[in-house]
Amino acid sequence: MHDMSAHAAQHHAPTSFIRKYIFSLDHKVIGKQYYGLALIAVYIGMAISWLMRFHLAWTNARIPGLQWLSSVGAPGGLMTPEYYLELMTMHGTIMVFFVLTTAPFAGFGNFFLPIQVGAEDMPFPRFNMMSFWITFVAFCVLMSAFFVGDGPPLSGWTAYAPLSAVGAIAGPGQGTGQVLWAISIALFCVGQLLGSLNFITTTLDLRTKGMTLMRMPLTVWAWFITSCMGLTAFAVLLPACILLILDHVAGTSFFIASGLVINDKMLPHSGGSTLLWQHLFWFFGHPEVYIAIVPGVGIVSHVLITNMRRPLLSHKVMIGCMGALAFLSYMVYGHHMFVSGMNPFSGLVFSFPTLVITIPATIIVLIWIFSLYGSKLRINSASLFALGFISMFVSGGVSGFFLAQPSLDIYLHATYFVVGHFHMVMAVAALFGIFTGTYFWFPKMTGHMMNESLGKLHFWLTFVGTYAIFMPFHYLGMAGNVRRYQAFVDDYMQPLLGVHKFITIAALLTGAAQLIFLYNLIHSRFRGAPAPPNPWEATSLEWTMPSPPPFDNFGGKHPVVYHDPYQYGIEGSSNDYVMQDSPEQIHTVRDEK
Amino acid sequence: MATTTHEPPKIEPPRDPVGQDGGGGGWRNLVPADGTMRDVQQYSPPPASLGVWVGMAAITMSFAAFTSALIVRQGASPDWRHFTLPSILYFDTLVLLASSVTLELGRRRVAAFMGGLRSQAAPPAKWLYITLFLGLIFVAGQYVAWLQLKSQGLYLATNPSSSFFYVLTAAHALHVLGGLGGLVRVIRKLGKSVLRRSTLDATSYYWHFMDVLWLYLLLLLWSKM
Repeated sequence: MHDMSAHAAQHHAPTSFIRKYIFSLDHKVIGKQYYGLALIAVYIGMAISWLMRFHLAWTNARIPGLQWLSSVGAPGGLMTPEYYLELMTMHGTIMVFFVLTTAPFAGFGNFFLPIQVGAEDMPFPRFNMMSFWITFVAFCVLMSAFFVGDGPPLSGWTAYAPLSAVGAIAGPGQGTGQVLWAISIALFCVGQLLGSLNFITTTLDLRTKGMTLMRMPLTVWAWFITSCMGLTAFAVLLPACILLILDHVAGTSFFIASGLVINDKMLPHSGGSTLLWQHLFWFFGHPEVYIAIVPGVGIVSHVLITNMRRPLLSHKVMIGCMGALAFLSYMVYGHHMFVSGMNPFSGLVFSFPTLVITIPATIIVLIWIFSLYGSKLRINSASLFALGFISMFVSGGVSGFFLAQPSLDIYLHATYFVVGHFHMVMAVAALFGIFTGTYFWFPKMTGHMMNESLGKLHFWLTFVGTYAIFMPFHYLGMAGNVRRYQAFVDDYMQPLLGVHKFITIAALLTGAAQLIFLYNLIHSRFRGAPAPPNPWEATSLEWTMPSPPPFDNFGGKHPVVYHDPYQYGIEGSSNDYVMQDSPEQIHTVRDEK
Repeated sequence: MATTTHEPPKIEPPRDPVGQDGGGGGWRNLVPADGTMRDVQQYSPPPASLGVWVGMAAITMSFAAFTSALIVRQGASPDWRHFTLPSILYFDTLVLLASSVTLELGRRRVAAFMGGLRSQAAPPAKWLYITLFLGLIFVAGQYVAWLQLKSQGLYLATNPSSSFFYVLTAAHALHVLGGLGGLVRVIRKLGKSVLRRSTLDATSYYWHFMDVLWLYLLLLLWSKM
């Protein structure tokens, strides 16, 4: 018979420490490695945001010890304007690439996608291992920018040309630091392409017997759709980074216009297109928003269903909406460039699909809300963060309506309104998705339960804190507060300083609340109560095996799937749920024909 | 005198449509919603076959990005300089096309050998070696093309047209080198009798894709340079 193990998991259980924990081929270990990398990255990114916020509120105050990080960027602990921009660039790059992409997609996806479809492993485990280690090297290359002579780049995570392309003449960090940034992102693209290749082939080829497409959990659908986006988006960013590197090191003129004078010096480049970088970057950049958020949509749906004890109003419509988000994400990228000098007609063309994309997003939210209505939701840390995700997704999404219109965007572009919008809808919502997944799957990943009381405390502090930080950003933006300014000394911005101080205090406190999560994570890993195989009484395949799962997932056998993934509230069953691999006949058939 | 006999390569086991403990779901696995397993189609395409298509899709996207960059850059400024393509590119094209023919000959012979349709004792790797050789000639030919361009005074940064020429040909050559690596792997596995048919097929698909990609690039370069 067709032996699936011939394709996946040809490797046997490793015995040496290096093969087991370092260069492991096991998708579960690789998933944990991705999660661990994201965890390190998110705390570095958060610490950087603390420094930035402190500087914005108390610009002339010295930050003790900052000079040790950069004696040039913060002499005597006083942050220079350039160093503020460098920290801002690193914060954005770390968070977008190494946290929001890495944890919900590569971390959880690696661990659970093969298990949830009933496979032993990914079809190309060596590619999978390379995917993580290339990403790890990418992170190290990015971090090394802190330690090169002129520091990290200051061109922002979008690295707009020509600032990002002209080299050291443009300011500190724009030489070696910017090249390191581009190399890091190019490597990251390669890692994600290899990962996407594995996700797509696992989903399409390695599903176990009975696991039809419609029987895949919504998480699998979310990771599959995300990997399709990743495959196309990162394949475009990679050439863009190569061209950027060549402008730096080989003297080419892809992105540098002719006649450019910087610091009284005429640059030798000619004829490059600065808009070209923006087109290539945002063709990746907007799908990247959905690469960060769609896995969260899947995770939140999965967790809510488990805790509601009933499926969503429509499994198929939810899948269709996630697919629609992915498809439309390629058609809207120009809304990032309304004020870049594009033909005004182009703005209209990009505005229309931007408004259209709110339709599937709204349907997703309505499905959640109407499914929740009347349900007896089990309140735990995971379900609370899932509700928080919906809240952030809606709050951040609403401000998107305004930014989608070119006439309004002319005013709001590059203000704190935009910063508030994308932090809520992309960053915080995706982080809430990560927290949801962590509290839900931690028992399965480690074999230990997390502390629920600490989890709930973490939720409320984070929920209130993030609103306290990011809602005032919208007000600041409407008041005309431009982003990427390191100090607010202009007359019209002086009255806003109080708001900035409030935001900074909220950021410091909310950041401190994340230490509760870190403590809970580490303490529970070693001291947490032992986790049973199925603590949440869930139905998908990961809950059919011990916690943590054995090396070969299903003990060398292949599960047979009889039901769709969310058979809850089943009357007449011994429990109120039927697991996917249970041959038990269900009288209340929920399968969508 | 000692003689060495090669074992025929292992053949993938036939697919059993009604087995109970195997996996093999996949995208053609259609199961009725009532849980009856009677009509399960126990077929799943080998991941290598799908994997190579997914990989080719990603490569296509990358070269599409390079192409759009070329078109935008050419239109952005009047500094685009036209030049005559190095003549060796046409020879290289013939070499690459020939390599696809030899690979196909080799693939069919190996497939027949794996299926037991050929009675010879040793696996027929001759055409694969010839393909490998032609692939190396192609890469060397691209290097000669760069030297010819250099002799005309056209370097990477001389003009956007030469920049794109170097970038596109180098990116393609890098992918061809990847294909050569795949071929070496196939030959090695064939020698050890552990080659899978799907690996052989996937490698050949990739190689033919390199052909098509090169023809596209040549047309693009010819029309733009």
